[in-house]
Amino acid sequence: MRYEKPQTVAEAARLLSAEKGVARILAGGTDMLVQMKSGMVEPDLLVDIKALPGTRTIVKEAGGFRIGAGVSGAQLSEDADLKAAWPGVVEAANLIGSTQVQGRCTMVGNLCNASPAADSVPALVAAGAKVRVAGRGAGRDVAVEEIPAGPGKTKLKKGEFITSVFLPARGARCADAYLRFIPRTEMDIAVASAAVNLSLDEKGVIKDARVALGAVAPTVVLCEPAAKAIIGTRLDDAALEKLAAACSAAAKPIDDKRGSVEYRKDVVGVLAKRAARIAYTRAGGQK
Amino acid sequence: MSVTVSTTVNGDSVDFVCAPDETLLDALRGRLGLTGAKEGCGTGDCGACSVTLNGRLVCSCLVLAVEAEGQEIATVEGMAAGETLHPLQRAFIDHAALQCGICTPGILVAAKALLEKTPDPSDEEVRYWLAGNLCRCTGYDKIVRAVQAAAAEMRRA
Amino acid sequence: MAFDAYVKREFKQVGTRVARPDGVDKVTGRALYGADMVAPGMLVGRVLRSPHAHARIVSIDTSEAAAMPGVKGIVTGRDFSVPKDEFLADVAVNCLAQDKALYDGHAIAAVAAINATVARDALKKIKVEYEVLPHVTDIDVAAKPDAPVVLEGRALETVPAGMGANVTHRCEFGHGDLEAGFAKADKIVERSFRTAATHQGYIEPHACLASFTTDGRADLWVCTQGHFYFRTLCSEMLGMEASQLKVTASEIGGGFGGKTTVYLEPVALMLSKKTGRPVKMVMTRDEVFRATGPTVSTSIDVKIGMTKDGRITAGWADMRYSGGAFQCLTCEMGAQAAFAAYDLEAVQTVGWNVMTNRPKEAAYRAPGAPQAIYAVESVVDELCQGLGLDPLEVRIKNAAKKGTKASYGPTFDDIGLLATLEAAKKHPHYTAPLAEGQARGLSCGFWFNFGGNTCVTMNVNTDGTVGIAEGNPDIGGSRASISLMAAEELGIPYEKVRTIIADTASLGYADTTDGSRVTFAVGIATINAARDAIRKMCKRAAMLWGIDEDAVEWKDGAAHPAGPNAGKFPPMSLADIAAKSFQTGGPIAGHYEVNADGAGVSFGVHLCDVEVDKETGATKVVRYTVFQDAGKAVHPDYVEGQMQGGAAQGIGWALNEEYIYGADGRLQNPGFLDYRIPVASDLPPIEAVILEIPNPGHPYGVRGVGETSIVPPLAAISNAISRSIGTRLQELPMSPPRVLKAIKGAA
Repeated sequence: MRYEKPQTVAEAARLLSAEKGVARILAGGTDMLVQMKSGMVEPDLLVDIKALPGTRTIVKEAGGFRIGAGVSGAQLSEDADLKAAWPGVVEAANLIGSTQVQGRCTMVGNLCNASPAADSVPALVAAGAKVRVAGRGAGRDVAVEEIPAGPGKTKLKKGEFITSVFLPARGARCADAYLRFIPRTEMDIAVASAAVNLSLDEKGVIKDARVALGAVAPTVVLCEPAAKAIIGTRLDDAALEKLAAACSAAAKPIDDKRGSVEYRKDVVGVLAKRAARIAYTRAGGQK
Repeated sequence: MSVTVSTTVNGDSVDFVCAPDETLLDALRGRLGLTGAKEGCGTGDCGACSVTLNGRLVCSCLVLAVEAEGQEIATVEGMAAGETLHPLQRAFIDHAALQCGICTPGILVAAKALLEKTPDPSDEEVRYWLAGNLCRCTGYDKIVRAVQAAAAEMRRA
Repeated sequence: MAFDAYVKREFKQVGTRVARPDGVDKVTGRALYGADMVAPGMLVGRVLRSPHAHARIVSIDTSEAAAMPGVKGIVTGRDFSVPKDEFLADVAVNCLAQDKALYDGHAIAAVAAINATVARDALKKIKVEYEVLPHVTDIDVAAKPDAPVVLEGRALETVPAGMGANVTHRCEFGHGDLEAGFAKADKIVERSFRTAATHQGYIEPHACLASFTTDGRADLWVCTQGHFYFRTLCSEMLGMEASQLKVTASEIGGGFGGKTTVYLEPVALMLSKKTGRPVKMVMTRDEVFRATGPTVSTSIDVKIGMTKDGRITAGWADMRYSGGAFQCLTCEMGAQAAFAAYDLEAVQTVGWNVMTNRPKEAAYRAPGAPQAIYAVESVVDELCQGLGLDPLEVRIKNAAKKGTKASYGPTFDDIGLLATLEAAKKHPHYTAPLAEGQARGLSCGFWFNFGGNTCVTMNVNTDGTVGIAEGNPDIGGSRASISLMAAEELGIPYEKVRTIIADTASLGYADTTDGSRVTFAVGIATINAARDAIRKMCKRAAMLWGIDEDAVEWKDGAAHPAGPNAGKFPPMSLADIAAKSFQTGGPIAGHYEVNADGAGVSFGVHLCDVEVDKETGATKVVRYTVFQDAGKAVHPDYVEGQMQGGAAQGIGWALNEEYIYGADGRLQNPGFLDYRIPVASDLPPIEAVILEIPNPGHPYGVRGVGETSIVPPLAAISNAISRSIGTRLQELPMSPPRVLKAIKGAA
């Protein structure tokens, strides 16, 4: 295996495109090294992107935040402005692994590892986040939900990689929240998860919402019926029940060692309700 | 193909040659003879290999040795100052916070990182911060007490 | 040791919380564990494991791997002759498969190479042709006559005719007239339970370094609970004389019973023999889970009858245990332990072993008892609920005590169960108000405790310090407790004593560190070695004083003339006598060897409060208190540590830990990510309340304390959850999906 640490995006793209064997990106490495250890992947080339300009920083841009692909979970948790604007995204990213893993793991890595249970992905999708894709040609911006293709697979083409993720500007009375269910209190993979991002009008009525679900389908689910169930409401109990039902209906999970189909469908609705309540309160809504 | 890595470990400049896919943990243990960091899982699930990388707590099994180039690593071997134990090390002995001791180096490194960031943590903060450090012997009770005792001592100092 | 060994005394040092002697090494990273040792010219050994749950090994072609640069040696099962002794043969076949792979992860071949990368690549080049056979991993399926047969012809004579071939053992315990007992009951509850296999979950993977020389001698460095037993197993498997194999125990990073048998060690020795170089082998975590000792998985039926006022009239249990792909007698311990806490007129327990295509069972803290007592204590709790009785009062009413004929045969001497129950009753936890949505559970626990073979040498150094050589790897602070007992007996400060664990060439045999035997049995040997040294020191003092040795007595760390007739001499301290030892006959050493009897049984009671999330089925343990009889707590910190540690393991077992097998018979969760041992944030503070009811069989009253604590959590938590959700749970672990299903089923 070759290890390269290019200094420019163009050089990284050239290395990745030129490699005839298996090429992989290294950012935080918390998934990559596990896969290498287990023999799941044996890269011929590993391109460390942490020296590329902008990959280690969080920068304000157009009122929003551009977060480099090498920014760790711990760095996210230390950015007070980001936490205030996107608490759900930050709490989702901070749920990945342990304190130690937080020292290294990145949201872009979480996305590109393409696990259906990735914690930050539903939160990013609910937030309407976009990633910047680099490659041989010009870069392009792509909605987060367009990246995963299935468990372990992305829609990125050979030679392409993500350099940053962008979270848009926030207005007043907006908030997000993310919840996952795990059997322990820490150190587990989500059995089911839900992210809710909403904005309220002056009267506390939900104006707009995005609800995204994790670990209940091959890829993250952007659940429009769930959003519709709460838009125009003050998140009364009836709206919450409709939200939960919509999430459970949209869930197409599998039975595995972490949970059954039935359990995941039940719990994803419970989590969506609870996340919606948190987001609503954070946005200043009062019931 | 091997690579040469120049890095700083516990304040000392060191060079070593390693394979590009070798983990920092393997380099510390195999190349540098620093066997205080332990491999309990190799997948970042147990925390026994905890070290800091530029002050940031990480699992050294999830860092490549080549990534240490030009960086600063701190391990359990660097915690005591000569014959003087770090207050956490002292507290772990005094409060019987270790039994078999295999998780102890990782927990000490992790707890030190916590107290540098949060000098007066709640028990819950200690427990969540250390959730990535598995201990199978103690049930964590005495570990939490030892961390709190050391924190109190360090606040007084 | 007689059962009247105990003499009441005031302790000066025993019972204090001194710093453990291995503390500094362990907090500085200096302590050397299994994987921390290196040797010049060392090779790295790796094991190829079966991907199949059950398969005939048609052929193994190692030629391509052997030809790779850097590969120095390969071994397969053919390199070992299978021992005649059936028990030893099972251990050997488990280390390297012979004609069949018996479970996912079963070792097939091993490579020694110049480094880990070459070794890993070489494993890929070993071609194994398998004929995949039908497999069975579920105990109830395996017990049926038409189940796939794991191994032919393994049933003992204890098994009645007509049983399936996987049923290999039956045992029965009890006394009294069951029918009459049940006839007296006002309420009878009969329930079936299942418990998943769990793993000891030590954080240190198995590791060893073997070095075989061309003249047939070998050294083995290994993390083990019993290096003498490892010597026995390895020397027999390699056809060596015991004296030619020196085994040194490294520091051990957790064992809990799981490091009581060999896996890598004979293989490493054989690789070293073949290559002429030292070979180090370290398991990956995946290998630890797939190939080393889980507990039995079980399926248990329990029937108990009770009168309206809470008297148990009869108890019966039929318990099927599966110890994996080999014969396993752990069912005997379960069947004996099940009703040990009760004074019963009529009781019967039947234990069975059933083979499955799972790894060979290894001991895990009170092996066999947690499952059995979980089932019994669940039914007792359900009876209490049904009859509207206080569960603690009912246990007090039926508690075994001195003179009780135990369900497994013996009559109890002084035991601490009643005192433990009374302590729980008086403790504020028992009457503390419960918050909305919380519920409380309790359970008794029991373990036999072992004694066994031990040898201790105590060297009195000329500077007045004392070195102790003993043969039991320290897994819970035993070097501290042994030093304390020696200091107490000799009358010198703890700091003057250093205890080390001697290698197999330096000391007589010691049984493995298991059965909670070390502080008890090594304690007896240590105290008596000290008495031996004291006798010798008194003799030296007599010589120096010129009086009869019977006229010298030992007190407070010094020889004194025994009474006015002996003469007037100032006391001569241990240091004084030691300093003059070269003039009085040479070095002074005490020695004692014993096959210790009289290990007092141990009882505990656990109280816990839980909160169940009724929408997700998740359980949070909010308060936990352990009450346990330690006989005499030599080092209270480490007694508490055993009580807390066992409780934490039991909580993990109750809530989330389990071996999950797929339809393909492969283990689905061989890692700490999905084999969920409790993390720090999962647990509440665990309060430990030590009771001290002296064990008549130990000079200081010591009982083993290591194992009982894992027994009660299973039922204590199940009883609390069952009370919380209003329906009885009958399967472990009580993972959130299972609890939610029960909640929905009850609604």
